[in-house]
Amino acid sequence: MSSTRQFLDKLHPHFAKGGKFHTLYPVYEMVDTFLYTPPDVTAGSTHVRDAVDLKRVMTYVWIAALPCILMALVNTGYQANLAMQSLGLTSAPGWRGFILNLFGFSPYNPVSVILHGALYFVPIYLVTIVAGGLWEVLFAVVRKHEVNEGFFVSSILFALTMPPNTPLWQVALGISFGVVIGKEIFGGTGKNFLNPALTGRAFLYFAYPASMSGDMVWTAVDGYSGATALGVAALGGVDAIREAGIAWWQTFLGFERGSLGETSTLACLIGAAFLVYTRIASWRIMAGVMLGMVVTSTLLNIIGSDTDAMFAVPWYWHLTLGGFAFGMTYMATDPVSASHTNAGRWVYGALIGFMTVLIRVINPAFPEGIMLAILFSNIFSPLIDYAVIKVNIMRRAARHA
Amino acid sequence: MEAYINLFIKSVFIENMALSFFLGMCTFIAVSKKIETAVGLGIAVVIVQTLTVPANNLIYSFLLKEGALSWAGLKDVDLSFIALMACIGVIAAIVQILEMVLDKFFPALYNALGIFLPLITVNCAILAGSLFMIERDYAFGESVVYGVGSGFGWALAITAMAGVREKLKYSDVPQGLRGLGITFITAGLMAMGFMAFSGIQL
Repeated sequence: MSSTRQFLDKLHPHFAKGGKFHTLYPVYEMVDTFLYTPPDVTAGSTHVRDAVDLKRVMTYVWIAALPCILMALVNTGYQANLAMQSLGLTSAPGWRGFILNLFGFSPYNPVSVILHGALYFVPIYLVTIVAGGLWEVLFAVVRKHEVNEGFFVSSILFALTMPPNTPLWQVALGISFGVVIGKEIFGGTGKNFLNPALTGRAFLYFAYPASMSGDMVWTAVDGYSGATALGVAALGGVDAIREAGIAWWQTFLGFERGSLGETSTLACLIGAAFLVYTRIASWRIMAGVMLGMVVTSTLLNIIGSDTDAMFAVPWYWHLTLGGFAFGMTYMATDPVSASHTNAGRWVYGALIGFMTVLIRVINPAFPEGIMLAILFSNIFSPLIDYAVIKVNIMRRAARHA
Repeated sequence: MEAYINLFIKSVFIENMALSFFLGMCTFIAVSKKIETAVGLGIAVVIVQTLTVPANNLIYSFLLKEGALSWAGLKDVDLSFIALMACIGVIAAIVQILEMVLDKFFPALYNALGIFLPLITVNCAILAGSLFMIERDYAFGESVVYGVGSGFGWALAITAMAGVREKLKYSDVPQGLRGLGITFITAGLMAMGFMAFSGIQL
């Protein structure tokens, strides 16, 4: 037996019933089951048995997000250093500058780039973990349920959808809304009907539009104004993106302005491959989103428009611009808020793809559509399941009548 | 034709009666526990809305509007101040007549919708449909489309709500929020999802 196990076992009586800290048992349980697979097994006869439990599932999703985290560090720093170079700045203000000035601000120095990115990503992620975790533990202690690793996933996904320049208090507010209103008041992981990370993100988007959209927030340099590639496209279509000096492969690899982790389609696709290979995310949902997006955007290409350049944006640009790939891989496939039937997953995915393109192209109020498209489809996912089950019942009744 | 399609889409999604204007909330929250009943109520609302909005449109433009009575030689009469009362009366009457007609000729449909029809008389989404029609000066054709669209949008919202609430049967809501509390929050979160359409100009 390892020393960690022995240490945890030694602590156990203090947290068990009758112990000094038994109200904090959920915290002990969280650490224990995060480090070691719990020994509990189902005893009844009618259970689906699987070697993987919910906690490992959530850990896998976090691992799948690793490529995006890496790209968040690299791209955020790269964009920031690039912006500083173009502004002619040679030192950053505040505590970040204190560290960064040691390494310089060359966009081609990997140490400086990754450090610069980390100094923006890590605080946001830490605030997310602390603020959201506080609510999570509070609810677990008061309501006596376990701290679920669902929050582990929500927190990293939420942090990755933040623009780099978001004030930290807003990050705390957003994740609080997502965890409490989006999930905990329904009873915790598995009982909510909207994706908690997206609920928090959407709340921030509508409550503080100034720091969630516009041109000032996408680069981690104060006062630097630069639109995302999608924002450029909303004004002038693909031609405007090319004029801005952004090539397709650049948006595919993720070297463009945008929210922390959403820029790289390649990183998302690596994550998607991992999730599909481990059979944690439904490939049907991803395929549905992709299909819905391709069909809708092609349809809009054919319809065309003289006044709106977004109509002519082809599907492979829609794929790499903005957060489409990120939403498709990590947000749409959330098993709790998505449809649960296999046929329903196709419909649910297609609805997301369709709505994303529709909002991007037709709605001038929002340049990005994937976030609201997923929330909208979350609302209809129970109804889709209901329809699928009804159709199946009718078909079987007809067969046996 | 395109204008009619745009008006339909606008009344279903962008200006959704339940989730953008929060109209008809009492029935929206009271009768959304099961999908089947929600669908029944939704259909009833679509039917009633499709009948009352055009009917009120005719009454308003040929009896109540300023100068509407010129066909009877009364050029300066303006009865638009009783439009609100007239709408309420017309809705109540139409619902009553519809109920009797269904009872007599379509007993199966009457049994399916029976309980919901009287409820609709007091559904403010229905009255709002007629009042919006007056305020926005819809012509007769537009009022038909608007009636169908706004009714359908409301039906869609209550059906989605019922779906979500059936799913929430398995939730574990804190004691103080059970029942109405969580339903209100659910409706609010759904409205956030419907924000996807806000801003679309048709």
